[in-house]
Amino acid sequence: MHEFFSMFEYAFMQRALIAGIIVALCAALLGVSLVLRRYAMIGDGLSHVAFGAVSVATALHLSPLWVAIPVVMLAAVLLLAAGDREGKRGDASVAMLSTASLAVGVLAMAGKGTDVYSYMFGSILAVRIEEMWLCLLLGAGVLVFFLLFRDRILSMTFDESFARASGQHIGRIRLALALFTAVTVVLGMRLMGTLLISALVLFPAMSAMRICRRFGHVLVAAGIISVVCFAVGLCVSYWFDLAPGATVVSANLAVYALLSLIRR
Amino acid sequence: MALFTVQNLSLAYEGRHVIDNLSFTVAQGDYLCIVGENGSGKSTLLRGLLGMISPTAGRILRGDGLGRQDMGYLPQQTKQQRDFPASVEEVVRTGCLNRTGLLPSPDTRTKVEENLRRLGIADLRRRPYAHLSGGQQQRVLLARALCAAQKLLLLDEPTASLDPAAASEFYRLIDDLHREGLTVIMVTHDIPPAMEYATHILHLGTKSHWFGTADAYGKAGSGFTGGEHHA
Ligand SMILES: Nc1ncnc2c1ncn2[C@@H]1O[C@H](COP(=O)(O)OP(=O)(O)OP(=O)(O)O)[C@@H](O)[C@H]1O
Ligand SMILES: [Mg+2]
Repeated sequence: MHEFFSMFEYAFMQRALIAGIIVALCAALLGVSLVLRRYAMIGDGLSHVAFGAVSVATALHLSPLWVAIPVVMLAAVLLLAAGDREGKRGDASVAMLSTASLAVGVLAMAGKGTDVYSYMFGSILAVRIEEMWLCLLLGAGVLVFFLLFRDRILSMTFDESFARASGQHIGRIRLALALFTAVTVVLGMRLMGTLLISALVLFPAMSAMRICRRFGHVLVAAGIISVVCFAVGLCVSYWFDLAPGATVVSANLAVYALLSLIRR
Repeated sequence: MALFTVQNLSLAYEGRHVIDNLSFTVAQGDYLCIVGENGSGKSTLLRGLLGMISPTAGRILRGDGLGRQDMGYLPQQTKQQRDFPASVEEVVRTGCLNRTGLLPSPDTRTKVEENLRRLGIADLRRRPYAHLSGGQQQRVLLARALCAAQKLLLLDEPTASLDPAAASEFYRLIDDLHREGLTVIMVTHDIPPAMEYATHILHLGTKSHWFGTADAYGKAGSGFTGGEHHA
């Protein structure tokens, strides 16, 4: 037991654990609404935009975090908050934005000797103090938001036409969800990796929907599944010296597979 | 007193006209059925009446004292809603959100309760919405609409996914609500029940529109009640 906890004597592991748990929780909560609104690919698109922004910022010797957050927020608002009324045209624009950002990011990194692998698949060492504090802020914001506006989030997710027709201010809810998603993706990207952060948006929500039939329960279950999978994945990645993103996603996949077998 | 007076109304999406030069009125206590082919603009007209899209020409005058808070809307159901993870109570409660502030008012509980009972689905309240039959789901959405408003109901093809028995039961339910004093505007493809229950019919055509009482619509004959609409 003592040996088990010894890994958390390292400050970087403590930070990775705290930041990761918060990001995992936020991604799961936000993911429920995104998946139900058929926006599952948005996390993927935004993470690529974040990658592009971080690379360009690094090349220009700017703070990656403070460049990526506003850029990804802008992308999220364009893709999510602006909305697409009834038709679903979002699909192609997400893919275009995502691949374009990836290309720009790779070009910006060329010759810099930066470790592309750690950007793509995440690194346990990546969370700095600054990011951890931001994570705490984000976590508090998302939790308060979901506690206060659960019904409104449900209303908008379930039926936007009705919500708009009956004069509920769903524009603000949409905007808040988009901005929270952006920050979550940016903060999670360094730890989970560009290619895998969107799994945190997707898997817990899908797993929770396997076992829960009430919106409130889906939110709680997704949060719990996500946090547990993250903690387990992080420990495994430390023991076996694997990329944390991959182990966390594998844990999520295992849970999803298990729940799918149970509920068939 | 007219709830809606629509004069020479045109509605369009991105410059493409859907409805042109339409005029009709809806008075308190009316039961108006809107019929017409797919794509003739029935849903669009409801959105116009709800104030979700604005006219490109003509106008929609709302009667005194008819605000957004008085209109309950039952949109055309989407596929993704049918397996949505929410309980009946959770769905109905979203109908009360236009009145409540940050925290749900005590009024919400009684309103939800009242409408669940009114539509005979009180014992389903804890059931998952996705597990209900099509008819039960429509009752839930109707209860939600009634929570949002108790004066005027706008229904968009509420019986589209129902079998004939469930559909006629639903029509009787709407008829009861109408008799209780609710004004009803309903989009439908079922001409016979529309003729039986509605007081007025609005037929949206590609070239011209027809508006009048249900009796007159029956007498207007083949021009508007021809076989094509019985599909
Ligand atoms: N959000 C939108 N943007 C652009 N065009 C639209 C939009 N919604 C509907 N339309 C177009 O407007 C026309 C009328 O659509 P509407 O949905 O009002 O028809 P409808 O009479 O309700 O048809 P249905 O019987 O199939 O429900 C159609 O040609 C449709 O393609
Ligand atoms: Mg329609």
